[in-house]
Amino acid sequence: MSDDAVSPEEVRHVAGLARVDLDDDEVDRFARQFADILEYFETLDEVPEVDREADLTNVMRPDEERDSLDREAALENASKAEDGYFKGPNVS
Amino acid sequence: MSENIYITEERIEGADDGPLSGTTVAVKDNISTEGVRTTCGSEMLAEYVPPYDATVVSRLKEAGATIVGKANMDEFGMGTTNETSHFGSVDNPAAPGRVPGGSSGGSAAAVAAGEADVALGSDTGGSVRCPAAFCGVVGIKPTYGLVSRYGLVAYANSLEQIGPFGETVEDAAQLLDVIAGDDDRDATTRETPLEEGETYADAATGDVDGLQIGVPTELLEGADEGVVETFWDAIAELEDRGAEYHEVSLPSVEHAVEAYYVIAMSEASSNLARFDGVRYGHSADAEGNWNETFARTREEGFGDEVKRRILLGTYALSAGYHDKYYKKAQDARAWVKQDFDEALSEADVLASPTMPVPPFELGESLDDPLQMYLADANTVPVNLADLPAISVPAGETDGLPVGLQLVGPAFGERRLIRAASALA
Repeated sequence: MSDDAVSPEEVRHVAGLARVDLDDDEVDRFARQFADILEYFETLDEVPEVDREADLTNVMRPDEERDSLDREAALENASKAEDGYFKGPNVS
Repeated sequence: MSENIYITEERIEGADDGPLSGTTVAVKDNISTEGVRTTCGSEMLAEYVPPYDATVVSRLKEAGATIVGKANMDEFGMGTTNETSHFGSVDNPAAPGRVPGGSSGGSAAAVAAGEADVALGSDTGGSVRCPAAFCGVVGIKPTYGLVSRYGLVAYANSLEQIGPFGETVEDAAQLLDVIAGDDDRDATTRETPLEEGETYADAATGDVDGLQIGVPTELLEGADEGVVETFWDAIAELEDRGAEYHEVSLPSVEHAVEAYYVIAMSEASSNLARFDGVRYGHSADAEGNWNETFARTREEGFGDEVKRRILLGTYALSAGYHDKYYKKAQDARAWVKQDFDEALSEADVLASPTMPVPPFELGESLDDPLQMYLADANTVPVNLADLPAISVPAGETDGLPVGLQLVGPAFGERRLIRAASALA
């Protein structure tokens, strides 16, 4: 299975996409576990193509104004706020 | 309380009068309660206080229920033992020293210990039925769309439903009567199929005369011997009361676990992207730009199992892998649905052990995530097929609770309640 093994670099790449920092121990441990789990997921190859009959209807509500959270309540759980807005870190 | 059932103990009184007046309810801590912190069992939301109630919580209050606490759970619902909770594991009141099952372990334990009359949990791949089985109580996973998910913190939203626990089928059904039905805040809900004057609770008659039970052989393979024996004893009891059983085959379920985990992890990677420490939740004291700060916040706020699922979901959806994993998993999901439809065209309900094993010892199985995932083999197919199911106590093996799972057709909750009430 060495071809399919997950490298620490791949784990770091995916962690970067998901915006989750990992320390070196976590990277090594996840690389080992992901190899096992992904090998198991490979058995999906045996699944035939299946027609999916989706019996769905869109549900729309009238486009009318209605009450929503007031600003103060919406900001209550924010770590930082300024002038009635959420305050995030610098974009770059 | 020695079992560590609640993350937050707080009384929320409902209306003076209603069908649940005098009834105490434990609510899983991923269901929003206005003014009472809702942690999802995670450090990420350890201080989060929702500014609004989930629809099911509004309905509990209107029905006169008293909420007695926010129940412990696996972090964001991701676990089968309740041991991934940031707030510590829960001891099983029905089998001390063992796990209560997950992810709604605190909810099931609250009912088993008599700390609450009934409880609410959520079931994404078995998270109501597994702890019901392990704690020797009743748990219902409703048909997808029967119960509003508004205010339920999302993990895998195409799979999950809020569901009730009770000591008896009738108790759980009574709670279902209060929470079921359409909600204009959740576009996936629809009205119950109940006729005028009908309720779920009044279906708990125990009448199984003429009931046709299908037993999918795949869901018995590889199960613990004592569990299988207890399962057949329960089927024999139903036969004594006029039910009949025949074996059926669901070949697709051999792929259900991998399909479930690919879909659930993919949805989780998207749903949990909202936790960035800006609008709510833990916020790292980090220098750097937007991306660097988010990555630190998420490293600190999420536990191992949550990181694992976010990363694997991101991987399964990433360029070059989407067709190999996610698309195939959706094919498997459609196949599972077809298999269930076919089996249910020749049986009223399908029966299996809820869990293939008795409750694990605390700490027994944390190190091998794949082995944990495989324990969900009998519960995840039901979520993939959007169907209703109930877990009802079947008996014990070596003093440990065993659950019987009954699966019915979409919106066939009354049929399940009637059949299961023959046992509890």
